[in-house]
Amino acid sequence: MLDAIPRVRISVTVNGRQYVRELEARTLLVQFLREELNLTGTHIGCDTSYCGACTVMLNGQTVKSCTVFAFQADGGQVLTVEGLAKDGELHPVQQAFSDCHGFQCGYCTPGFLLSSLHLLQEHPTPTEWDIRKGIAGNTCRCTGYQNIFKAIRTVAGGENIGH
Amino acid sequence: MRMYPAAFAYHRAQSYSDAVSQICQLGEDAKFLAGGQSLIPLMKLRLSTPRHLVDLGFIPGTSYIHGNGGLRLGALTRHAAIAASPDVARLSILRDCAAGIADPQVRHMGTIGGSLAEADPTGDWAPVLLATGATVKTLGPNGERSIDIAEFILDAYQTGLQPAELITEIAIPLPPQAGTGHQSRGSARWGGSGGAYIALKRCAPVYASASVAVQLTLSDEATCADARVYLGVLGLTATRVPAAEEVLRSGTIIDKTMEQVRRAVMDIAEPVSDMRGSADYKRQAAGALAKLAVDAALRRARREPVEVSHLYA
Ligand SMILES: Cc1cc2nc3c(=O)[nH]c(=O)nc-3n(C[C@H](O)[C@H](O)[C@H](O)COP(=O)(O)OP(=O)(O)OC[C@H]3O[C@@H](n4cnc5c(N)ncnc54)[C@H](O)[C@@H]3O)c2cc1C
Ligand code: FES
Ligand code: FES
Repeated sequence: MLDAIPRVRISVTVNGRQYVRELEARTLLVQFLREELNLTGTHIGCDTSYCGACTVMLNGQTVKSCTVFAFQADGGQVLTVEGLAKDGELHPVQQAFSDCHGFQCGYCTPGFLLSSLHLLQEHPTPTEWDIRKGIAGNTCRCTGYQNIFKAIRTVAGGENIGH
Repeated sequence: MRMYPAAFAYHRAQSYSDAVSQICQLGEDAKFLAGGQSLIPLMKLRLSTPRHLVDLGFIPGTSYIHGNGGLRLGALTRHAAIAASPDVARLSILRDCAAGIADPQVRHMGTIGGSLAEADPTGDWAPVLLATGATVKTLGPNGERSIDIAEFILDAYQTGLQPAELITEIAIPLPPQAGTGHQSRGSARWGGSGGAYIALKRCAPVYASASVAVQLTLSDEATCADARVYLGVLGLTATRVPAAEEVLRSGTIIDKTMEQVRRAVMDIAEPVSDMRGSADYKRQAAGALAKLAVDAALRRARREPVEVSHLYA
């Protein structure tokens, strides 16, 4: 047995701001974001690595933050949904989801936004298949996906996607 | 805060040899951590409760794809990096596999070394690395070893790794290229190799229901000098299908050959019924996948650009 619950010290830049924290080693990235930093925009859906509601970007790549230990982000850059809007203006991907009604209850949306942004960075003019593959790790129980596709296509046809 | 995994102490390795010596000191309750995409879900369910984790993720120079005289992949190379690499162009089967594993998020974290070490019977890498004749390089308390992949994967979740030994690299021989290895029938175009890996999945973030890996070398437009056929997912380890390989090597490949390949695969498959489908469904699927994979491998060996993707049903 371990005498005390072991802790680790990590330094992570989240949405451009650096945080240094000491945490139990077993803390998951999603718990660090939600419960340590109060960034509750990142949701927990299945908590079993399936649904993608917890998707954030770690060093420019999407990950399921319920399946990453916080210490794996040490020294890294995390982007969450809270980091998308700039100066009170929605990010183009957010705006497109809003314009196209790419959500209903909105629970899955933070994850979809990050996955959509990543796929658009990889494929600025995605094919239907690129979109399918790009959001394959995100589940939406409401929309039937049609409007999510529409939103992504709208951004692709439109302005530059930033970040 | 609700904590799912049992508490553990964290140890960051600075190098592979540091990782090996740390784990030797920590003893049996210690585990390596790579991308965590197999281990973290197990730890959250407390199906795995290591007391110490030795993190390989911060060791510099462990993620790479070198293409000089055979492909060498660093153990910590992520699935996504393999899928995107131009260096795997001559072994399209690797891209088929890497690009089809789970979803982008999992591919951004999961590593080829972690996948092999896990030896999940439904994992995608084993059949592909068997079909391509890969070698697994390791480092342990007794030094380095090179292990033939066929001897590395022993059983479901069982590998030839010894305690405190880790995977450092996966080496894959490059198949002969069209016009170099075999000179025949006066055409420089034949003698090429091609491979393909196709899996049937219910959706991206789940493991496949059945899969087939095929790697062929042609001596002629439609005659195989060499053929390897492996079935994934349907057994405790990937299953070689010698009867299918024999059929492919035994003469000109025609429609009848494809049908014989399908039969050979269906005969050897030993699927069990589960939530992914009935045994019969999976056997039929494996047969159909084999035909598709042979067809794609053949066309690639003839230098036709063929895009292969996993099938979703
Ligand atoms: C939702 C989801 C879907 C998935 N779907 C698929 C799929 O369709 N196909 C598929 O093949 N896989 C799938 N996976 C698994 C994924 O490919 C993992 O990345 C892989 O199995 C393990 O790699 P890792 O780097 O994450 O290893 P980890 O989880 O970090 O480690 C796995 C095991 O290997 C050991 N280990 C890790 N690296 C080494 C090393 N270098 N040397 C020795 N031991 C080591 C660890 O101690 C641990 O026991 C899925 C995972 C998830 C979460
Ligand atoms: S909450 Fe992380 S994948 Fe569902
Ligand atoms: S909008 Fe409700 S789950 Fe997607």
